[in-house]
Amino acid sequence: MALRAEHEIHERRKGLNIGVGLMLGSFVLLIMVLTFSKITSPEFQIPASQAQGVGEQLTTGGTN
Amino acid sequence: MTDATDTQIFDAEPQLGDYYALMKPRVMQLVVFTAVVGMLAAPIAVNPVIGFASILFLAIGAGASGALNMWWDADIDAVMKRTAKRPIPAGKISAQSAMYLGVALSGLSVMMLSLSANLLAGFMLAFTIFFYVVPYSMWLKRSTPQNIVIGGAAGAFPPVIGWIIATGDIMVLEPWLMFALIFMWTPPHFWALALFMRNDYDDAKVPMLTVTHGRRATRNHILGYTILLVILAVGTAFTAIGGWVYLATALVLNALFLKGAYDIWQRDEVMSEADNFAVERKFFRLSLWYLFAHFGAILLEAALKPFGMGGW
Repeated sequence: MALRAEHEIHERRKGLNIGVGLMLGSFVLLIMVLTFSKITSPEFQIPASQAQGVGEQLTTGGTN
Repeated sequence: MTDATDTQIFDAEPQLGDYYALMKPRVMQLVVFTAVVGMLAAPIAVNPVIGFASILFLAIGAGASGALNMWWDADIDAVMKRTAKRPIPAGKISAQSAMYLGVALSGLSVMMLSLSANLLAGFMLAFTIFFYVVPYSMWLKRSTPQNIVIGGAAGAFPPVIGWIIATGDIMVLEPWLMFALIFMWTPPHFWALALFMRNDYDDAKVPMLTVTHGRRATRNHILGYTILLVILAVGTAFTAIGGWVYLATALVLNALFLKGAYDIWQRDEVMSEADNFAVERKFFRLSLWYLFAHFGAILLEAALKPFGMGGW
């Protein structure tokens, strides 16, 4: 016996729910690929404020 | 908008296709096509992933404005034969759901386009959605016969946004020529439709030119706007986005378009009714090919440039 009874609305909205789920999954995948494309492009630069922090860490060896 | 649309009875569960229809897919196709042309005609190449994502977000923004337009216009859509089967008047989706979807997708698309392309592209998309929904749908469409002229600007922004996605720049002539091409094309396109779908706009009390100034004035306006459009479209051939391919396309299509507008101008209602508006319908169909071919030619010119062939 199933732990939770399937409500009638789940069956009625099955197509819509699957469609929305697939779209959300595709959206996540697209953001991942987009982010990868941006950070690997030659024009990508670490923002000045963060780049400074990275520089300080590199030169001083400090962590904070 | 009236309360009548909020008290509809919904028998069936809305399906994904109904939400898709709410986003005006045919308008989205035109938006995607003209924006891709604007992006590829620009002198700076775009990373394919960034370009794809940006055009997708632009299409979602266009769809969102379509949903908001359907939410606001649900009462007149129900009256017009051409729009009576849209998801809200057909009782598939509630007007409130359409409004929520439109607002949510507008915010998402503007935010994502700003991140994927640049802030200016996001701003222009936000302005386009606003322009289509507030000045056009909420105000001009029901108050002035110039609704189509001014509202046409909203449909003309996509190639400009496409150009901005690639360059981040707006202060050049070429994207605005593409804007002007759609802007000037929209009135004759819709006025021809209004001539043969005449009862629709009358019944809905939308102040189309045919309703407020009569059908003779509409025929005059179609010819006047077509003459201006022909000058613009052929003149564009001699700019940076033009070339031999574009010039040949523009000469053929503008000759046909001008002939069609002249034929409409020459006719009266008796002649049109005799053949069930055959000339007006033909002009309307030609107008679809007209825009597609002009932007197709701009795209071809851009595609030929890397091989040393496009442009002048």
